[in-house]
Parts: sequence; C-alpha cells; structure tokens
Amino acid sequence: MSDESNDATQEIGLEAAGARPLFQLSLMGKVGAAIVLFWIVVALIGPFLAPYDPADFVSDDSFAPISASHWLGTDYIGRDILSRLLHGARLTMALSFTATVLAFLVGISMGFTAALAGSKTDMVISRIYDAFLSMPTIMLGLVVIAALGSSIPVLVVTAGLIYSCGLYRIARALAIEIKVMDFVEAARARGERLPWIIRSEILPNAVIPLVSEFGLRLVFSILFISGLSFLGLGVQPPTADWGVMVRENLAGLAYGSAAAFVPAAAIASLTIGINLIVDDFSAQRGQEIAEEMI
Amino acid sequence: MKPLLQVENLRVEAKLGAGRFAAIVKNVSFSVAPGEVLALIGESGSGKTTIALSALGYARPGCRIAGGRIVLDDIDVLALDRESLRKLRGRRVSYLAQSAAATFNPALTIGEQVTESAVLHGVMDREAANARAVDLYRRLDLPDAESLGRRYPHQVSGGQLQRLMAAMALCSGPDLMVLDEPTTALDVTTQIEVLGAFKDIIRDQGTAAIYVTHDLAVVAQIADRILVLRGGDILEMGETAQILNAPAHPYTRKLMAAIRPPPKIGDDGAAGGNQSQSEPSVIEVKHLTAGYGRIRNRKPASTVLRDVDAQVKKRSVLGVIGESGCGKSTLARVVAGLLAAADGELLLDGHQLAERLEDRPLEELQRVQIVFQMADVALNPRQRIGDILGRPLTLYYGMTGTKKEKRVAELLAMVELPESFSSRFPEELSGGQKQRINLARALAANPDIILADEVTSALDTIVGAAVIDLLKDLRERLGVSYMFISHDLSTVASFADRIMVLYAGRVVEDGTTGNILGLPSHPYTQLLLSSVPELRQGWLEDVTKSRAALAGIARAVEITDVGCPFYPRCPVAIQGVCETTPAPYREPVRGHRIACHREIAELTGFV
Repeated sequence: MSDESNDATQEIGLEAAGARPLFQLSLMGKVGAAIVLFWIVVALIGPFLAPYDPADFVSDDSFAPISASHWLGTDYIGRDILSRLLHGARLTMALSFTATVLAFLVGISMGFTAALAGSKTDMVISRIYDAFLSMPTIMLGLVVIAALGSSIPVLVVTAGLIYSCGLYRIARALAIEIKVMDFVEAARARGERLPWIIRSEILPNAVIPLVSEFGLRLVFSILFISGLSFLGLGVQPPTADWGVMVRENLAGLAYGSAAAFVPAAAIASLTIGINLIVDDFSAQRGQEIAEEMI
Repeated sequence: MKPLLQVENLRVEAKLGAGRFAAIVKNVSFSVAPGEVLALIGESGSGKTTIALSALGYARPGCRIAGGRIVLDDIDVLALDRESLRKLRGRRVSYLAQSAAATFNPALTIGEQVTESAVLHGVMDREAANARAVDLYRRLDLPDAESLGRRYPHQVSGGQLQRLMAAMALCSGPDLMVLDEPTTALDVTTQIEVLGAFKDIIRDQGTAAIYVTHDLAVVAQIADRILVLRGGDILEMGETAQILNAPAHPYTRKLMAAIRPPPKIGDDGAAGGNQSQSEPSVIEVKHLTAGYGRIRNRKPASTVLRDVDAQVKKRSVLGVIGESGCGKSTLARVVAGLLAAADGELLLDGHQLAERLEDRPLEELQRVQIVFQMADVALNPRQRIGDILGRPLTLYYGMTGTKKEKRVAELLAMVELPESFSSRFPEELSGGQKQRINLARALAANPDIILADEVTSALDTIVGAAVIDLLKDLRERLGVSYMFISHDLSTVASFADRIMVLYAGRVVEDGTTGNILGLPSHPYTQLLLSSVPELRQGWLEDVTKSRAALAGIARAVEITDVGCPFYPRCPVAIQGVCETTPAPYREPVRGHRIACHREIAELTGFV
C-alpha cells in the first residue's frame, strides 16, 4: 500500500528503460562500423581471395601502375600490392588485437589489485607503472626490441605491456571509485572474498568505460606496431604487413607510385573507422551520464 | 490583489521514447500572490518538483511542458525565447535546491557565488552586490557577515551553507523564489535554525515563494497556503490552517496520519514495556573507542567514538540517535567489522568478536547484518534482485537452484514484494521498494541482529512509516534484534525499546524509551526532543522564543578531548567544571544513565 503513488512513475521509468536500446549507432557510427566490418572480413577471407602469392615476384616492373592484372599495381620489387595488402590485413589486425587484449588483461588485473589489495601493494605497482609511463612509448619499444631482437611474440608482448599502462590507470581509478560504494561494503561485511568482489561487484560496473577504452587502445596498438614495422623493427620482410609495406615502397613516392600510399590508407581507414565507433559510443554514454546527473 | 504567478492548466509530459509521452503533471492550475508562501506537498513521484520548476519555464531533460499557461507578472513565461528566459530566471525567479553541499562550488569563495547571478544579469555591479550579500548574511543570522564572503564553502557548517543558498537566491532581489526540499537533509536542530531564517527573510524581503516538500510539519511552520499533490494532480488546495485542521481529501488525512506525533516528555514509548533486564545481550560493546587514521597506543588519529558502552538485548531494539557527525554510523561499522576498533571489546552472545572482518568466521558474519542508509548505492545496479538476494543464501547456506529460488520468493514475500521482482534490476524499483530489497538481503542471512543505519531517512513519510511497520512485524515473527540508527527521534521513539543518545562520539544518555522521553534527561536529549517539528502553526515561533536563552542551537558539533563535549551548547553548563572534567554518569533509575555534572534534580524542563 505504501508505494501506490510511486507505481505510476515507476512504470514510466520501466517503459523508458525498455524503449531505449542499449546502444544505437548514429550515421557516423554506422560508417565506422561498416569500415571496421569490411577490414575484419578482409582479414578473415582476404588471403583466399588474393590473386597472387604475396611473396612472389609477379611482374618485371617495379612500381607498375594500376592495371587489369594488378589492380593496385606492384611494389618496389614487382610483387602484387593487392595480394600483399590482403595478407597484411590479417597480420596487422591479429597482432594489434592480441596486443590490446594482452594490455587489457595485464592492465585491468594490475589496476584492480592495486586498488583493492591495500596501500602498500598499490604503492609498488603504481611506482613501477609510473616508471614505464615516464618513457616515450616508441623509444621504450625500440629499446626492448633492440635488446631482445624482433619477433612477432616480442612485438605483441611489448605493445601489450606498454599499453597496459594507460589501462592500469583507468582500471585502478574505476575500482577505487566503485569500491567505496555501499554495495561493495555490504559484500565485504557479508564475508565475500576479494576475487568474488572483483568479479561480481566491481567488474560489471566498470565494463562500459572499459569497452570504449578498448577501441581507443586498439587504434594505438595498430599505429604502434605499424610504426615499428615502418622503422624496420617490427614485422620483418618479406612477411606482408601494412607498416612494412609503407616502408618498402617509400622510394616509390618519388616516381609518383601509389605503392606506399595504399597500405597507409588502409591503416588510416581502419583507425578512423574504429575511432568513429568509439566516439559514438562515448558520446552516447556521456549523454546518459549527463541525464542521470540532472 | 493581482497574483504574481498564475499557472493555468499546466501539463507536463515525460518522454517514454520513440515519440511516446506520458503526462506526469495533468491540468494543474494555481496562483501565488506577491509575498505569499505556497507549499507544494506530496510524495516522490507526485510531480511537485516538476510543477515548481515550470514556474521558471524549465522542464527537466526528458520532460516537456506540453500545455497550459504560466504568467509571471504579465509575462507569458512559456512564450519567451531562450535569452529572455535566462534573464527571467536570474532576476525575477530564483531556485534553491535541496543540497547546498552540491550547489556550491568548492573551488570558489562563498561571496563570488552568492553575488554571481546578480552581477551576471546586470542587476547590480559587484560593489552593490557585495554590500547586498553582507546585508543578507546579517538578516540570515550568519556569523561574521563582513568576512563570510571571503570564505570557502567547506569552512562553514551545513546549516550555514543552507542559509547561504537562500542568500544566493535572494541576492538579485527576485519576486519569486522556488525552494526544493531545502531542509529535508538536515538534522532537526539545524532544520529549526534554517527554517527560522528562511521564514524571516521571506517576510523581510516580501518575496513570494513556492516551497516544495513532503514534510507537513515543516509546511505548517512556513506556508500561507498548501497544495496537496498526488500523481501529477491537485487533490486539495487551501489555507494552511484549513488543511491542517480540517483536511477534506482522504489522501491528505492519510498523509497526516503517517506523521508520528513528536514524542512528548512523559510519554511512554510504543514498546517501552518490552524490556527485560535479565534478557541476555545479542551484541555488547564495552569501552569502545574508534575512529579513522592510523591507530597508535589504542588511539586513532581522528577519534569518532569515545569509550562507548552499548547492549542490544535479544528480540529488542536499541535506538541510537544523535546529530550528523556524532558517530552513529561509525558504531554500526565497527560492530559489522567494516572498521577496526582502536580499543574496547565487542561481544556477540557473550563471545568475543574479532575486530577485523577477515578474522571473523562466516557464521559470525551471518549473525550480524548491516543495512545501509542509501538503498540506491547499497544495491549493485548490475545485479538482478534475484541474484542480490540469492547471494547470501549461497554464501551462508550453500543453497542453489530451485531451493534458492524458493527462498528468494519467500524473502520477497516477507518484505511484501511480488515474486516477479527477482528478475528486475534495482533501477526499475522505487525508493521504498529498493529499501525493502536492501532489508530482505539482510534477512536472507537469517541474522540475530540487524544494524539498520538511517534506513528510513531517505524515504517519504508514508513509505518510511511502512518500512518501520515491516521492521516491527519481522521482529515479532523472526525474533530478530535491531540496532536502529537514526537522527529522527520520533521514528526511533515509536520503535525502540531502549534509546542511546550519542553526542560527539560519547554516550550522553542511555535508557529505556519511556525513561528517555520522561524526566529528567540530559540537556542535549531535551534539545533534540524539543526540536522535532510539531504539526501545528506557530510551533516554530514558540520554540525559537522559548529558546532565546539557548545560545547553543545552531552550533556545530565539536569533538573535544577534555570535559563534556556539549559544553558550548549547554544551557545549564557549569563554567570551570564542564569544560575541563569529563561528565560523570548519573543513574536516576536502574538501567538509565545520564552523563552530566548537574544533579538529577537540576535536569528538568529548561528547554
């Protein structure tokens, strides 16, 4: 009987909640999604569609222009650019995706541990990460690769660890904010252990901000890995990778060849596509938070 | 006289999504005369704030003013463009929100913020605005009016900040002021101070006001006319005296009935007789000292509780009352194990409880359950009700599957909610329903004692009364004991067997409800008792008049190391003794103690 008069408002609240889908893409978001989806499909089936083997010298001409047999021309030693681009998509995307997932696993577990395990642990982990953060990422990458030699596992782990710094910061801040909420206190008072609290109380409340962060970090690691490859420290030739392709064909720019431009455009379109989705997502979350605050 | 504000057939709609709207305010008409105070009262969801905001031509996000006319002094508010509205809002109509703490920017001085709107709207220049602000501070009885403007918000007390908000709203000299629950979050003693200041300044400046609240007793003190709302409709409108003395609508009568009459000195509490001295204690606290910061030599860096003794007997209710900052919640946190005590003993059924949560066995944790004040943040927004209630069952009793589901349904029934709620998320529930879930989660553990921390404070009168009834009922049926913490004496008195009054972390009085309400009692208890608003006009004047001799009403709680902490506010303090020597406990009857230097015979009706 007590809540009769609240029922009216509450029904409104219910319907409103049901009427709004969790996440609806705007036009720009849809464009972004289409671009990203396109590259994912390319990464999955591209190699089967490639007309040539990416390592074969299929033409006698270096920097052959676009033609019926070579849709995107050939590179500096006469390999088919389209084939290399299709093969490179898989490698570039798989590497950066793996690195980002690694960054997430390391960053979030470290961040949550630091926030919840007590001030001494927090101190130690935070200072180590501060030391990491104080170095420019590319330089750090160069040092590690110079010391360990370049291979794909080293590349992924390096990128993953470097980008775990930012995630560590975010995850730690989120966990600190959530852990003082009464529902976490209630769980503690009930006698819950730390792993359960992290899994059931903290993580579900941190997931949305972390998801929008994922896209952003993915972009960073694409750029980082391509950047290292471009400098000759990442993926090693003759393996096809977009960053490697830009570097190899740089000389072609002087001859008016688009060979270096094509992989660069691929990198740009993929990162822009991801950014469009992330922007859309964060804008809508921001809107929701603003509405909640008012 | 021509009305200042005329609202005709107002209709406000809330967006349901996809072009669908629902009316949350339906066909509401009323007027406010110059200098008049109109109160809008109703429970949450009654549309009272929505209506009040429409006087500023404002609708909250997701809402729109869908129809009607709002005329302020010949200006058609709804026809104004953005820029003219902006001017109107600063100059002619001002808004005063519930929480002063949230309204003031902590990074700017008070003076800058009080004068900002007047200067921004070009009503007056900075000099004039500052002068007016100082004048307003004086009229609002604020201390150090000259230098107050240079202070920052954290440097004044909560009650002062609330009054400063009135200065902010009045600085540009508006014709109409909209006050949204401005005293709801305050302690009773602070509420008197703020209400008195508001009333004087409104009369003094001749400003009309729309006063939004759910508290009829407050309305009785300040309003000329009352408008009773429910579900966006006007149920009743009339002069304050008429509504209070002869309410026409059954709902108004129900609202009045939900207000507990303030406990009268000499009253015997509702459950006072239920107490037996020989009954064993569920929880016993001995010489407890606790606080925050690093603990050295059994003393925390910042002490909140000092040498506190308390017992909760089996099947009984211990009420803990005091103003904010007195250490009530800290006591609950220490008992629950969330905060380690610096010194003292904690006994559960006569057995020592470990101080740290991690050292307590699960079985002990299960027997002591805590229910937090704000159900909004006490329930994980990402868990379904079924999971929230099911977790303690799994944790303590290893229940799974249908057995768990069945028990969840039983728990929901226990708190009078339908079984279907188990698939909902907390945000789909109303405030009262959330508080019931919060309670049901504690019941799921099948505890011996529930520590209830201000569980009704955030709820409307009617909803709060229903929650109290539920607590009583559960005690009868399940035999659970409560430590019931509240700053609301009338709620505590209606429910508790024993009452413990805390002041600045010390027990100043402790006894059965009947004895606490009866004479003699501690000066602080008497101050609290006389501060509970009564449902009659003129109460505020009476109480402030009789209290003119009492300097202490508006003073903030100061935590002291020596002497009696109540000394600065005490009307019967003995100079040279009270501020230097800790007060001894006096025992007028067995099981009732009062910490005071005065003799028992001296502790009678001086408030």
